[in-house]
Amino acid sequence: MLTQLRPALVLLVALTLLTGLAYPLAMTGIAGLIFPSQAAGSIVSQEGKPIGSSLIGQSFTSERYFRGRPSATTAADPADATKTVPSPYNAANSSGSNLGPTSAALAERVKGDVEARKTENPGKPVPVDLVTTSGSGLDPDISPEAALFQVPRVAKARNLTEDAVRGIVEAKVQGRMLGVLGEPRINVLALNLALDDFGRP
Amino acid sequence: MTINGWIQIALFCAVVLALVKPLGGYMTRVFNGERTLLSPVLAPLENGLYGAAGIDRAQEQHWLAYAGAILIFHVFGFLVLYALLRFQAILPFNPAEQSAVAPDLALNTAASFVTNTNWQSYGGETTLSYLTQMLGLTHQNFLSAATGIAVAVAVVRGFSRASARTVGSFWVDLTRTILYVLLPLCILYTLFLVSQGIPQTLAPYFEVTTLEGGKQTLALGPVASQVAIKMLGTNGGGFFNVNAAHPFENPTALSNFVQMVSIFAIGAALTNVFGRMVGDERQGWAILGAMAVLFLAGVAVVYAAEAAGSPVLNGLGLTGGNMEGKEVRFGIVASSLFAAITTAASCGAVNAMHDSFTALGGMIPLINMELGEIIVGGVGAGLYGILIFVIVTIFVAGLMVGRTPEYLGKKIEAKEVKMAMLAILCLPLLMLGFTAIATVTAAGLAGPANSGPHGFAEILYAYTSAAANNGSAFGGLTANTPFYNTTLAIGMLFGRFFVIVPALAIAGSLAAKKTLPASAGTFPTHGGLFVGLLVGVILIVGGLTFFPALALGPIVEHLAGAAGQTFSTGG
Repeated sequence: MLTQLRPALVLLVALTLLTGLAYPLAMTGIAGLIFPSQAAGSIVSQEGKPIGSSLIGQSFTSERYFRGRPSATTAADPADATKTVPSPYNAANSSGSNLGPTSAALAERVKGDVEARKTENPGKPVPVDLVTTSGSGLDPDISPEAALFQVPRVAKARNLTEDAVRGIVEAKVQGRMLGVLGEPRINVLALNLALDDFGRP
Repeated sequence: MTINGWIQIALFCAVVLALVKPLGGYMTRVFNGERTLLSPVLAPLENGLYGAAGIDRAQEQHWLAYAGAILIFHVFGFLVLYALLRFQAILPFNPAEQSAVAPDLALNTAASFVTNTNWQSYGGETTLSYLTQMLGLTHQNFLSAATGIAVAVAVVRGFSRASARTVGSFWVDLTRTILYVLLPLCILYTLFLVSQGIPQTLAPYFEVTTLEGGKQTLALGPVASQVAIKMLGTNGGGFFNVNAAHPFENPTALSNFVQMVSIFAIGAALTNVFGRMVGDERQGWAILGAMAVLFLAGVAVVYAAEAAGSPVLNGLGLTGGNMEGKEVRFGIVASSLFAAITTAASCGAVNAMHDSFTALGGMIPLINMELGEIIVGGVGAGLYGILIFVIVTIFVAGLMVGRTPEYLGKKIEAKEVKMAMLAILCLPLLMLGFTAIATVTAAGLAGPANSGPHGFAEILYAYTSAAANNGSAFGGLTANTPFYNTTLAIGMLFGRFFVIVPALAIAGSLAAKKTLPASAGTFPTHGGLFVGLLVGVILIVGGLTFFPALALGPIVEHLAGAAGQTFSTGG
């Protein structure tokens, strides 16, 4: 067994430095040269100021903006650090709700959200992604149906016609990748930026 | 379920199958010590490492020495990782000023990564420094994956050699696997992942003012380089808390597709390595065939269950399946497929929250792990895992016809069957034993976030995942407590090494035997009958062992949900 000590120690140190330091640092250097924007987190700017990442969802509560999906992320309670409080779209603490299919808490939450959403577009079925939390709590996308569902509310809040808003939505629909992979979707931040830009000179 | 959904599943299977032969051929050359395309670049580095470590590449090891080398190497690896976790606060590359990891969490995390489990009691972005992520986790992702592959290759040598005393050199197998297989693939893969949007930076977390004027802190880091190896090495430990559901860890449907393929790529190709090394590729295809049958059955059930949705939520007028805990860019099908793949393959990365799956949709990941992670399985671990079941199958077939069982010309005798049963029995003992303890102790019962049968399923899932070295979770369980951190660490260590050591014992015993020529009475092990028998043995062993526990968890939950019953926490 003692003869194994030297190979064990030398290989552990050498391979640790190779795979744990040289590899990630070299990749950081190369990736920063070839894909500088992606490597730094795909930051989006408005009027020169960074306002978020195109890949990370944001919390939207204003009537003038399209909402993203409900988010289950939390943050430490400022009053008591041992507890947490809801903090939607906290991009420094990703989390899902982890509520199971027979959870009473989940059923109540969804029921409340369905009723709240119905008031903005009565008579239409509420798209499922508008009332369910995402896995990460940071989902940047909603389904095209979920965006179209919100058109009447946003159009009213912005004094625009529903057709105009629907046109903005439809221009922002991203299809399945390569025609097959994933699902059609709309990036909520990109959609809301397009809304803000609409009608500007 | 949609046509497009099934096309996505078919496309996945086609790409994995297309990779089996080329990757299998390349890896066979690597493990046989032959020159490869990359030798001109890597051979000097390889020889330098052997020189520094005093390794004679021609000197092979007896199975006991091989197992000893693995154990020594892992003890040191464990200590280094534990120290890094405990001292990260005073080490460099810590822009978010993470504090030292608590002793029980450090124990759990170190056990988790050296065993290729990558269970996450930690929340990546809130707990670990960049240095710990790179030097601690990324490097153990390489080492534990390479160890699994090395053990599998040693076991295959047991079948392919005759009257041999040795099964290869662990040091050479380890080094060549990392240098020639894992590292080159990871370099290309990292660049692809960055192109899709995964960050790769040492810059600190980035604070922005959002469109509505709120503050948002974007957690960043050297993510892509770690995600590449966590998928390819079926490690699965996330850079972020929610793993591959995080948009920075899996930004697009294409990155998701490639991640799914990469989980299966090496494990599936190893069946071809097996076939080539025993001199009959059909033997490898037969094993892959048995894996494929079990895999596709699981995928169909998860996809159907998630597409149908939960009866409780459907009762509120929702349509479109169960989207709780899933991301829009993946949708129902890519989330269901990912769940089946990651639990079949001992990866444990998740792109959706399994805890929020429907009862039956969440049961399949549980079953995939309970069967012993042999459906493709962890890199290497899946192959030696299923070969253990092959031995039991051959033994059962031999009993039926009253003949000494033989596989690939090797007589399967008492020693092999005993070792195989030791490995097979170890897992349910850990999974069910610890679950039983947790359900009757206050410390255990404090864990589940959901109540009723789902709470039980959360506990069962945790110990199943740990012992099977998977690492995925029903994430509602509060596992970062001394009780869970310690018991899960024990589950992970025993679940890893109580399979590796018996597997190597089988390898040593088989290598020493003569290879008998096939005769008219030899049971052919490359055909449909053998595949059917193997699938049957795996399902019967798993079914008899786990059905009662499944009945108390997902099955009763499914029935309760169908009747519209819900469970309140604390009620």
